[in-house]
Amino acid sequence: MAESPLLEFKNVSKSFYGNNVLNGISFTLNHGEILGLVGENGAGKSTLMRILFGMNVIKETGGYEGEILVDGNLVKFDNPSEALKAGIGMVHQEFSLIPGFTAVENIVLNREPQRKSIISEVFGPRLNTLDRKKMDEISQKSIGTLGVNINKDMLISNMPVGHKQFTEIARELTKKNIKILILDEPTAVLTEKEADTLLKSIKEMAKRGISVIFITHRLQEILSVCDKVLVMRDGVIVRETPADKTTVREITKWMVGREISGISAENNESKIQNKKEIKKIMSVQNLWVDMPGETVRDVTLDIFEGEILGIGGLAGQGKLGIPNGIMGLYEAGGKVFLNEKEISLNNPRLCLDSRLAFVSEDRRGVGLLLDESLEWNITFPAMQIQNKYLKMLLGGFIKWRDEEAIKEVTEKYIKELSIKCTGSQQKAKELSGGNQQKVCLAKAFALEPKVLFVSEPTRGIDVGAKKLVLDALKKFNKESGVTVIMISSELEELRAVCDRIAIVSGGKISGVLPAYTDSEEFGHLMVSNVV
Amino acid sequence: MGKTIIKTDLIDDNNSFMGTVKSAVKSFGLPRLIISLFLLLMFILAPFVGANFFTQLSNTLNRFSWNAVLVLAMVPMIHSGCGLNFGLPLGIIAGLLGATLSIELGFTGATTFWMAILLATPFAVLFGTLYGFLLNKIKGGEMMIATYVGFSAVSLMCMMWLLLPYHSPNMVWGYAGTGLRTTISLDGYFNQALSGFLRINIGHLSIPTGALLFFGILALGIWAFLHTKTGTAMTAVGSNAKFARACGVNIDRVRALSVIMSTWLGAVGILVYEQGFGFIQLYNAPFNMALPAVSAILIGGATVNKASITNVIIGTFLFQGIVTMTPTVINSMIHMDMSEVIRVIVSNGMIIYALTRKSEVSK
Repeated sequence: MAESPLLEFKNVSKSFYGNNVLNGISFTLNHGEILGLVGENGAGKSTLMRILFGMNVIKETGGYEGEILVDGNLVKFDNPSEALKAGIGMVHQEFSLIPGFTAVENIVLNREPQRKSIISEVFGPRLNTLDRKKMDEISQKSIGTLGVNINKDMLISNMPVGHKQFTEIARELTKKNIKILILDEPTAVLTEKEADTLLKSIKEMAKRGISVIFITHRLQEILSVCDKVLVMRDGVIVRETPADKTTVREITKWMVGREISGISAENNESKIQNKKEIKKIMSVQNLWVDMPGETVRDVTLDIFEGEILGIGGLAGQGKLGIPNGIMGLYEAGGKVFLNEKEISLNNPRLCLDSRLAFVSEDRRGVGLLLDESLEWNITFPAMQIQNKYLKMLLGGFIKWRDEEAIKEVTEKYIKELSIKCTGSQQKAKELSGGNQQKVCLAKAFALEPKVLFVSEPTRGIDVGAKKLVLDALKKFNKESGVTVIMISSELEELRAVCDRIAIVSGGKISGVLPAYTDSEEFGHLMVSNVV
Repeated sequence: MGKTIIKTDLIDDNNSFMGTVKSAVKSFGLPRLIISLFLLLMFILAPFVGANFFTQLSNTLNRFSWNAVLVLAMVPMIHSGCGLNFGLPLGIIAGLLGATLSIELGFTGATTFWMAILLATPFAVLFGTLYGFLLNKIKGGEMMIATYVGFSAVSLMCMMWLLLPYHSPNMVWGYAGTGLRTTISLDGYFNQALSGFLRINIGHLSIPTGALLFFGILALGIWAFLHTKTGTAMTAVGSNAKFARACGVNIDRVRALSVIMSTWLGAVGILVYEQGFGFIQLYNAPFNMALPAVSAILIGGATVNKASITNVIIGTFLFQGIVTMTPTVINSMIHMDMSEVIRVIVSNGMIIYALTRKSEVSK
């Protein structure tokens, strides 16, 4: 190659609090090349882009290792504005636009062409007036190159989401020295037609010499527009391939195909075969849940007694909405039956009374009383719902907290789940993530539920703790015969623990398969009707 | 990396004494420490300016007994996460209604006090319910709204005290025959109803046993309540409302209950205050009760969502100690009335300090 590549990553690694999230990432990006970056949630895509863009969070957590070269020069961005100066633009998943400004004003924000006036001659350039005409020209040109028809004078707040996305891209394009444009799931909010337009304009940009890094879950788009595909998994690049030499099926296989170290997939076939004798414990019919970012549209699902059912799928497709909706934490509708009896939705208390329990994915927000002791955390729900650990005084008129029973049961769970702590009086916020998760499980176990929902039990905890948490779940299921519904973004984890796995895509169940099915099949279901 | 770790270890070792001191100060709270030292200094200086130590101590204990219940009224709402009860005037008004009604109905002597509590209770429950309903509508902005609830309730009652058909000649304006006076003497009614009970007098030292005992019973009641199922739920709601909701606790009901409790304690609190002070103060007087009570519990070490009975006791003692000691000591030293200024600086400064600490709550 005559010229040096535009961007080069050399052996870049990054760890958060001892958790390795990126491991020896190396790749190159040439001028005018479109690079597709794919991977499951948590594979490290966002972290990689944050490093490139110099986001503060990277520096605050101890920086990264390895080298990044732009045009052959070693760079290390301390903040996004340095990255911007070096010609790197980023379009975020969240819109960073000012809603009360027009498209034009947003596009040239803080880089407005200015006009001098008498006042500014006297008082300095801060009092220059804006050159509206030139602003319009610049914006119009930029929007024009995208090949879309956006009213440049429309307020952002009045625009459909697709137009907002285009406005943001247009803004990046007006930056004069732009060399690399990072698009983080730009098509997630677009309609099919808009997405097509965007893809076309991405190609246009590449022709003009701008390199694009394109992150998306829609694999078809990657194939149709990218020159090169990078597949990431668990913080490493597992495959780098030209886009025209691969298929969607192959990519999904690379994305998910892996074994978790330490957890071997057990042979669950015997359990499945006996399924006909096992009775239905719960049945969900036409469930919808209005959970922001995890909308459930229409879920119908049967759950059998004593099984571990996995619910998987990509982020934002609605898998988290299912337990949150059934447990009454978010507005929901549809029908849920437990043992043929209908459970009314939108009332957490009734669910808990009918012996459902839920371990929330929002551990620190919903799952724990951070400022209170482990004793309180573990026994509180059982105390409130089932009047456990209480002494009845004056014929039950006074329900006095039974500190001894509380201490006893807490210590039992600390031992059983090997929770690392200084004692049952330690505050929950002082524990590590994995141990906090164990406390959440203990809290649910103390309720002695019939059906237990566990949402993202291994999110944000390290590999060793993951195994302990999953083992505890399996043991609980086996020994107490409790039906467990486990929701997780990590397919391999589900495959290792569950009997059956339901995949959610676009707020609907796209399929339920036995856990021993090839991960390829699951991968296919995950992207089947992504919205 | 290795080197740096060793280095910090050394520094820690050298400064281990300073480290312990620092952590002790941190756990005790710097403002609390300063105020304690200030109060200690006052007690030491007192004899030199000609004030008897025991008289001063008696004054402090006396004022403690008047105010402790009002400070206790902060506890339930702090526990349920409703923040500091700046709406205390609402409870005080219920108490004032109880006191005036009790006198109007013709009771005399100490009976008036107990009747006043009885008569104040329905008002406190009613006001508390409405106030709780309001606070449940504006979760997160409780303290701001509470302040204005207090303001408007006091203003409304300024009119009502004039208009309500009271007739007792001991309470209404002499020349008009209607409308309550701003200050009503409690002589012959419940003046010293509690403080006089079992009072201990040793030389210059005088202890208002009855009033302290009464506070003790109420404090014990709150302590016990916080150990019951409902009390546990209340603390959990204050600690993490989302957690409590996911555990099937009806947050709104628990919060409303805490507001009713706080309001009722406010009503009882003002009656205890009046029996010691000897007068009922109407009209704008309830304004002046909320901030000292809020400030006292904060000095005691409470935060916006954590408070204990110990906080109440320590805080009230420190705050009232300063209020009683500064006039005698400072005034005789510099011959200028600085006490009010110091009191205002301490109470308002403490509130500002505590509100800036709010971010320390883990979420």
